[in-house]
Amino acid sequence: MAEFIQYLINGLSQGGTYALIALGYTMVFGILQLINFAHGEVYMLGAFTGLYTSKFAGAQISELFNRLLNGAPDQTSTLTAILTSIVIVLIAMVVCALVGLCVERLAYRPLRSSPRINLLITAVGVSLFFQYSGQIVFGSDPKAYPDLFENLESWTFGTDENLLVINPLQVFVFVTAIVLMLILRHIIFHTRLGRAMRAVSFNHDLASLMGIPTDRVIAATFMLGSALAGAAGVMVGMTYPKVEPLMGSLPGLKAFCAAVLGGIGNVTGAVLGSFILGLAEALLSGYGTPTYKDALAFAILILILLVKPSGLLGVHRTEKV
Amino acid sequence: MFFASRLSILCAVAMTVSPVFASTIKIGEVGSMSGSEATFGLSTHEGISLAVKEQNAKGGIKGKKIELINLDNQGKPEEAAVATTKLVTQDKVMAILGEVASSRSMAMAPIAQQNKVPMISPSSTNPKVTEIGNYIFRVCFIDPFQGKVMAKFAAEQLKAKRVAILRDVKSDYSVGLSNFFTEAFKQSGGEIVVDQSYSSGEVDFNSQLTSIRAKKPDAIFIPGYYTEVGLIAKQARKLGIKAPLLGGDGWDSTKLFEIGGKSLNNSYFSNHYSQEDQAPSVQNFIKSYKSEYNKVPDGLAAMGYDAAKVLFAAMEKTKSLASTEIRDAIAQTKDFPAVTGNITIDAKRNASKPAVVLEVKDGKFLYKSTVNP
Repeated sequence: MAEFIQYLINGLSQGGTYALIALGYTMVFGILQLINFAHGEVYMLGAFTGLYTSKFAGAQISELFNRLLNGAPDQTSTLTAILTSIVIVLIAMVVCALVGLCVERLAYRPLRSSPRINLLITAVGVSLFFQYSGQIVFGSDPKAYPDLFENLESWTFGTDENLLVINPLQVFVFVTAIVLMLILRHIIFHTRLGRAMRAVSFNHDLASLMGIPTDRVIAATFMLGSALAGAAGVMVGMTYPKVEPLMGSLPGLKAFCAAVLGGIGNVTGAVLGSFILGLAEALLSGYGTPTYKDALAFAILILILLVKPSGLLGVHRTEKV
Repeated sequence: MFFASRLSILCAVAMTVSPVFASTIKIGEVGSMSGSEATFGLSTHEGISLAVKEQNAKGGIKGKKIELINLDNQGKPEEAAVATTKLVTQDKVMAILGEVASSRSMAMAPIAQQNKVPMISPSSTNPKVTEIGNYIFRVCFIDPFQGKVMAKFAAEQLKAKRVAILRDVKSDYSVGLSNFFTEAFKQSGGEIVVDQSYSSGEVDFNSQLTSIRAKKPDAIFIPGYYTEVGLIAKQARKLGIKAPLLGGDGWDSTKLFEIGGKSLNNSYFSNHYSQEDQAPSVQNFIKSYKSEYNKVPDGLAAMGYDAAKVLFAAMEKTKSLASTEIRDAIAQTKDFPAVTGNITIDAKRNASKPAVVLEVKDGKFLYKSTVNP
């Protein structure tokens, strides 16, 4: 039983990171009907921003919090580790939002009125551009992430037979993911920007006739999605302390599958799909054959396209002629 | 296909003719200079470059300077094959040194064999590598021996009875070594309680480790490469697994600590040499390596150095530097005094050499024991 619960915990923390990436896919798709293949690379850039921030400023940030909260600069507590992590996540989010803005402005906007296939090919091009310039700039060997939670003990429950271990980092990742999703939900359903986003996604031309600055709304959507991917990048870097320029492609594709599973274009669906995928992967590698773990996402993708192409929570839209 | 075979015949002809008159001796090297196993390629390259520099300082081979052409394969077998083809057909090298990873050596070997270019792998340990043909050699021990060494160590020194295995299914090295370990460990009366797997490039091993934890093994054998091993060690300790971790020469990199940190304490792996070995050949090598690169050489650097030395010695022995002559000379290598032990190439073109077991402790590799074949 404890083993099963351990798999669930592993799956949920993995699902949380998929969800953060999937949200960006689904938002951009909802608003532009574009599958932004460069999204996985934004996630990679987030991880690297986090890496260099914690390498060059992590100690100072941590020292600042220690001084403020504990009175001594070198006393790291759980609270200061969490606060430092949050600052690093925020910095990566800002950087990634700017990257998202630039990609939209430079690569996608000039092609807005051209056929959709051009946009799609551009997206693949942008993705390759980041992968390979990443290898030039950062070097293609894997980099190790500094461990902010190094000195923190994991919480253990039960005894030898039914041991259950939860490490604070997993909880941090899961909670941050949920909080960011709630904030996103609030933005979409309870703010002017969110209303504008929904209007643009409903009908681009009509929205612009109603006086909605569609260009700005689309840019904001890209920024929001990219910021979430950046947060995911940092959190994955913290959990699995190895980052490299090609790290974005597989999680990116998997998150895309999760978004399709939940119903692409649907924000709640993306989160649901990601958690299903995370749990399914954890259970498959626990009880079945971990060799097929990476294939699972794509098997699910094929299955959902055959059975319910609109996804679990997606609504089938009739094409207007 | 027709053109390809025509081309290769042409190249083979060109190969046997041109190098004799060339002003330098071109030697090719294929390695993972970038990619996830970059330290393997970089260390090997440093070892080889040092050997080339020393040889050229002595006047080269037969009065000709050695020119080393180093190509990157980004850690991918398909790129290794492309690089080998380029070395053979365009650069017309006389011999090839490489690769570290068995999967990549096995992609290179058929091309070298087909074009009759002698190839020496410094540290590919999968037995299949040299079985590809009579032009393919290695200067390291092979996995059946390495598996036996660790099985013996687990059974005798750690008194382990129940061992779990976590293998990388994408790597020929890891799969082979796991099988040989299993065989040897069962022979010594031990039991493999669970055999889990992953694919290199993955980052999450929690599920595999949870199922290993449930079986309560005395030790876990993880014959992977350092990038994944670092992550696995970290996640294993976070899941509360305290059993010793065991591995092979794929662990040998300083990056292992950068990723795994303190989680690697209480781990042991088999390797080609120990920096603590007081033998003059080892200490002299460490000294000249240090003065050249300002760091201590790892096992792969030593293997690269040895592979180059064996090749140069064989070339010196030939009359005309023809590829068949070089091949024969390498095959006749006997008791060659190398850094990593005396090298004798056997009938299967493998080197029979002792292995050392190292303990990982606080970011250092400590010498534990030597096992003779």
